[in-house]
Amino acid sequence: MSTHVRSESTRSLTRRGIDWGSSLGTAISMAATVFILLILFVILGNVVIHGLPQLSWRFVSTVPKKDFFDKDSAAVLPMIIGTSIRVLVMTVFVIPIGVTTAIYLTEYARSTSWYTRIIRAAISNLAGVPSIVFGLFGAGFFVHLIGGGIDDMMGTTSPKWGKPALIWASLTLAVMTLPVVIVATEESLRAITPGLREASLALGATKLQTILRIVLPNALPGILTGGILAVSRAAGEVAPILFTGAAYFLADLPHSLSDQFMDLGYHTYILASQAPNIEKARPILYGTVFVLLLLTFSLNAVAIFARARIRRRMRSGH
Amino acid sequence: MLETRNLELFYGTSRALKGISIGIRENLVTAFIGPSGCGKSTFLRCFNRMNDLIDGVRITGECRVGGEDIYAKEVDVIELRKRVGMVFQRSNPFPKSIFDNIAYGLRLQGIKSRSEIEGIVEQSLRGAAIWEEVKDRLHQSALGLSGGQQQRLCIARAIAIRPQVLLMDEPASALDPIATGKVEDLIVELKKDFTIVIVTHNMQQATRISDYTAFFYIGELVEYDQTTKIFTNPAKKQTEDYVTGRFG
Repeated sequence: MSTHVRSESTRSLTRRGIDWGSSLGTAISMAATVFILLILFVILGNVVIHGLPQLSWRFVSTVPKKDFFDKDSAAVLPMIIGTSIRVLVMTVFVIPIGVTTAIYLTEYARSTSWYTRIIRAAISNLAGVPSIVFGLFGAGFFVHLIGGGIDDMMGTTSPKWGKPALIWASLTLAVMTLPVVIVATEESLRAITPGLREASLALGATKLQTILRIVLPNALPGILTGGILAVSRAAGEVAPILFTGAAYFLADLPHSLSDQFMDLGYHTYILASQAPNIEKARPILYGTVFVLLLLTFSLNAVAIFARARIRRRMRSGH
Repeated sequence: MLETRNLELFYGTSRALKGISIGIRENLVTAFIGPSGCGKSTFLRCFNRMNDLIDGVRITGECRVGGEDIYAKEVDVIELRKRVGMVFQRSNPFPKSIFDNIAYGLRLQGIKSRSEIEGIVEQSLRGAAIWEEVKDRLHQSALGLSGGQQQRLCIARAIAIRPQVLLMDEPASALDPIATGKVEDLIVELKKDFTIVIVTHNMQQATRISDYTAFFYIGELVEYDQTTKIFTNPAKKQTEDYVTGRFG
């Protein structure tokens, strides 16, 4: 009853001719990769070559004089501190809020209900808002409304919170990077095998216990990835901090969250657009950009290292 | 021990379980058999309310554990699940150490004393016939165990919290014959302390280890009787056709 399919394998196994399709596909993919790496090396190489000579211990550890377009008066310590603090404060706000939102969306919310869909639409739209709009939002909402409101409540005569400040810039950045953290966290929550949640519940755990003891610890690497992405994006952003906390020049280092701060990215913009002598300012410009890249890489390196350690511990079962 | 009367389950509007009435006896192994999709796993999960996790599931009729209606409003589902444990088809150990896997359920209950936890961990691993194999690597990851060992670990994890009932959803279907044999021997041992209900595709397995067997077909309980009777002299023709392999 069974039909025999006459097999075609009467010819030999040796390949005959070249598979042009595959070769072309491989070649195009490789070319694209090389192209991207090339661009990366050109940009980074350019910064390193021109920025490295500018680096000195004095450059990174002292405060600049008022006329910082001059090689001898330029220094970036306040900018390093300003950028670092605003990124760290942003992280303190964006990670808890982003992770909690992601947990709500994956573990609690019913995916079909209308308010869940509104939340998801809001997150997508938030991700598409131009940076300058965040800057304006931050100025209006955080600086004037909330900051001014705090000042009114405390009855201060001269504005303490109702003016551009570290805290407002950090919060504005936190709002801006929320979508990144939420999406990265959601991805890692979804990647957890559903069997684990079932196992936990079947042992008599509540949903909250399951989330805190099983789900979150396993999602930690993904959450850190979200943090890394947020930090990378925020460290270089200038528009959101323009009206919310960055200053052209400050004589002192920032002491509290209500102080303004100088910033590496903003300083780069100032050097590039307002220098009286661009030839003299160019080396300082490269030096500043180099320090910014170094800072971003360092912040990321710490987070990547922490993530690798957590992943290793997870694999070996603590 | 476990009892249902006219239990019906709906996924939205479609009825998956039809009028099931059954009384499962204490300290015995009861097997649920039937072709794929007949509802035996769904029915099993009614007893620890794991179906609550699925959206749109509705249950009517009575379902009792130890005489108590478990779908009553006042019932604490968490307590129920401590009393009615479950082992799943695919072993699902937590990505933690072997020790921490067993200790998880104990710590949930607030047991803090290290010595007490260690004692129960050893007792459970012995009870699951896996102590000798893992006693020297308790603090290594559970994911490093073989499939059969992982499943026995899950059984140890389930019995560590001393439930009264053990629900097992095809616990050996993903295992090789030797590992399956070990799990089956284990189940026969365990019934001294627990009431066991096992869903299985494997009819030989049902004859080997169960005392009572329930045959399900398209959401209905067709026949429920002592295993020997079901397999040698079933009352219904449908049952006979299934156990002799004429379909399914």
